[in-house]
Amino acid sequence: MTTAVAMPETGYNFAYLDEGTKRMIRRAILKAIAIPGYQVPFASREMPMPYGWGTGGVQVTAAILGQDDVLKVIDQGSDDTTNAVSIRAFFARTADVAVTTRTRDATVIQTRHRIPEAPLHEGQVLVYQVPIPEPLRFLEPRETETRQLHALAEYGLMHVKLYEDIARHGHIATTYAYPVEVAGRYVMDPSPTPKFDNPKMDDCPALQLFGAGREKRIYAVPPHTRVRSLDFEDHPFRVQAFDRPCALCGAEGVYLDEVLLDDAGGRMFVCSDTDHCEERRADGHVGAEAAHA
Amino acid sequence: MYVAVKGGEAAIANAHRLLAESRRGDVSVPDLSVAQIREQMALLVDRVMTEGSLHDPDLAALALKQARGDLIEAVFLVRAYRTTLPRFGASEPVETGAMTLRRRISATYKDLPGGQVLGPTFDYTHRLIDFALAAEGEAPVAEEAEPLADAAHAPRVTDLLGHDGLIEPSAPDDGTPPGDLTREPLDFPADRALRLQALARGDEGFVLALGYSTQRGYGRTHPFVGEIRVGTVAVEFVPEELGFPVPLGEVALTECQMVNQFHGSAETPPQFTRGYGLAFGQSERKAMAMALVDRALRAEELGEPVGAPAQDQEFVLAHCDALQATGFVEHLKLPHYVDFQAELELVRRLRAEHAARHAPSETEMKEAAE
Amino acid sequence: MLARGFADPVHDAQGVFRAVMDALARPGTIQPVATRLAPPAPLTPELAAVALALADSDAPLWLDAGLARDPAVAGFLRFHTGARITDDPAEAAFALVSDAAACPDFAIFANGTPAYPDRSATLVLAVSELGDGPGGWRLEGPGIRGSARLAASPLPADFSARLARNHAGFPQGIDLILAGPGRVAGLPRSTRVTLED
Repeated sequence: MTTAVAMPETGYNFAYLDEGTKRMIRRAILKAIAIPGYQVPFASREMPMPYGWGTGGVQVTAAILGQDDVLKVIDQGSDDTTNAVSIRAFFARTADVAVTTRTRDATVIQTRHRIPEAPLHEGQVLVYQVPIPEPLRFLEPRETETRQLHALAEYGLMHVKLYEDIARHGHIATTYAYPVEVAGRYVMDPSPTPKFDNPKMDDCPALQLFGAGREKRIYAVPPHTRVRSLDFEDHPFRVQAFDRPCALCGAEGVYLDEVLLDDAGGRMFVCSDTDHCEERRADGHVGAEAAHA
Repeated sequence: MYVAVKGGEAAIANAHRLLAESRRGDVSVPDLSVAQIREQMALLVDRVMTEGSLHDPDLAALALKQARGDLIEAVFLVRAYRTTLPRFGASEPVETGAMTLRRRISATYKDLPGGQVLGPTFDYTHRLIDFALAAEGEAPVAEEAEPLADAAHAPRVTDLLGHDGLIEPSAPDDGTPPGDLTREPLDFPADRALRLQALARGDEGFVLALGYSTQRGYGRTHPFVGEIRVGTVAVEFVPEELGFPVPLGEVALTECQMVNQFHGSAETPPQFTRGYGLAFGQSERKAMAMALVDRALRAEELGEPVGAPAQDQEFVLAHCDALQATGFVEHLKLPHYVDFQAELELVRRLRAEHAARHAPSETEMKEAAE
Repeated sequence: MLARGFADPVHDAQGVFRAVMDALARPGTIQPVATRLAPPAPLTPELAAVALALADSDAPLWLDAGLARDPAVAGFLRFHTGARITDDPAEAAFALVSDAAACPDFAIFANGTPAYPDRSATLVLAVSELGDGPGGWRLEGPGIRGSARLAASPLPADFSARLARNHAGFPQGIDLILAGPGRVAGLPRSTRVTLED
């Protein structure tokens, strides 16, 4: 479903932001790309949607978007969730770009909390909405301190935290926003994606850009960059595994949402990535409870 | 069943139509005009202008109408609009010493040049609900007094103290333009001009509570209200091509100069120090609270121990903005089911492991009992 | 008469930015830059395009001796970008170098600090030859699948040694955009550069 939207909102610039703001964000993006994983401060603007609702991702998308781009917006892996619909509608109104739900057709994908299941390719940009960009923030609340820790590449604090998990629970108890090391230097917050998605960041053919509006930071992972989830020799990084396939399309090895069906413990597990699920079903794949859809 | 998970553009559009209807309320009650809000909810309009960082009473009143009276939502509308406005430059500093006064009080001197002018104030009113106001139509008129002989000359109390060297001098203007946290990312440590900008835009409730906390011992500053003045000042702008100031108009301001004790240090003799607050319109509570927190945030500069929340600039500046706070608190309404699923899986696994660990011990206990 | 700027300021600037972004994100790739600019010489259309897309009153420009010699160049850039033109290379966000063979030492530009490595200059060098063919450098690092090749000229004889020193200072350093006729390539500080055998 690729539709051209030709109803730009009058009175605002292409993609809403004024050109000066776009240049400021573009300069930050270039430095972010040159220093993978480092959080570049930028003068985040007040957007017409609330802080914490994707203003960072929206500003990054607005700064890179051109007339020939094809935009996809997802939240929780789905194109249909309310905030994804709202952000897609924002760009449909303020920029004259085609929008799509198909991962492979998109040139720019703005996301909150997921990386699509379909492999990304060269020529795509994945824009993440980030609430708290600082991976050390919950260990050290002070910006002046965490900045020093990054400058010194002093990440012992993070390893201590993960190791305390192991001591207490027998394994690392971080399930999302799982910290990664980028290109052997900066420790970075991948945004609150489940750690299931972390391996997709490594050596990814697409450019990954991260925007945190309220916290005023932009960072980047260039294509084909080593992204390593922090772990220990005796406790290697592991992702969540689901013990059943998607109930609608039968996909295995994908991230599933748990949907409650009644108040008596009835539930089904379905693809979190709705586009992936729909494409598989269109190709004839059928899950055990496809009748529910 | 599963279809209900999908949000959909229709649902959003419907919700917004319902919002518009709810905003209007009962259509048998006359529609509220922007002018009515501007004139009769003036202090609310002032607060929207202050926290919205935009002096435009009509726009603030319209935002309040659109926001159904939700203050932070109105500030949000004003701020989002403000960001899109072209910037021509910075005005000349306004001269509050030459303010056309509507109110001016000092708590440090019984009488002073320019006099004490109470002006329109809730102070000393008895807070009794005035049921007469429920019967509409009355337009009270205040009698006009003879102008005071020296009303035109009301020097700032801090300037009077400054003549005797009793208060620290204002930092001289070294010509560097003040920073602007709407144009550059806030960086710590932030200088005083940036801190004041953040506090002026800050949520009144948050700044009030912090100011209050300094009075209760969390970073005590021994404050006196040197002066509160409310009135209008002229705004002037120097266009690049003209090179001389051109008047743009007037803005209404409330200024609070707090005078605080300071015991001095090895280099500095004992003298009073300053805390400063400034807000649009008549916003005395905000200006006073801001002045308290400004002074508390100067603790490090003045060599005082730093430990209380109000003295901690990273804490204060990172949390004083109502829009940032409300956005992030309210974003918890957004779907988080992907992360929740990850946590569910972990909790189930931990519970299973816990049960496995405890199952044998129960057997052991039974054996011991037998 | 002053030469014209972008015909379509919004979309031309976006196009040039995307080319520069892709160039820095994928070192070793050659990104086409279509520009109809005709700036005063020795400012090349590609140098001008990068400056017009990215410089403004918040991002000062530094000009090499060749560009500084003719006031028409500064006049063109000032008018179309609003950027301040600085004599102090340490202040520059972007340095425009028309005579790449005489490119000054990177150390005279802002290299960032350990806490703020982003507070560093981007050098834009005009080159006449730019391609991914043989006879140049071997590139490795973020943005590159395995390794890539890049060849550009004219450049100083010790340029690869300078690039190696720049990379060794990571995360501090400067970033480079090589601008040839109708094309740009990027050499961010994260790229490891060696001479091809």
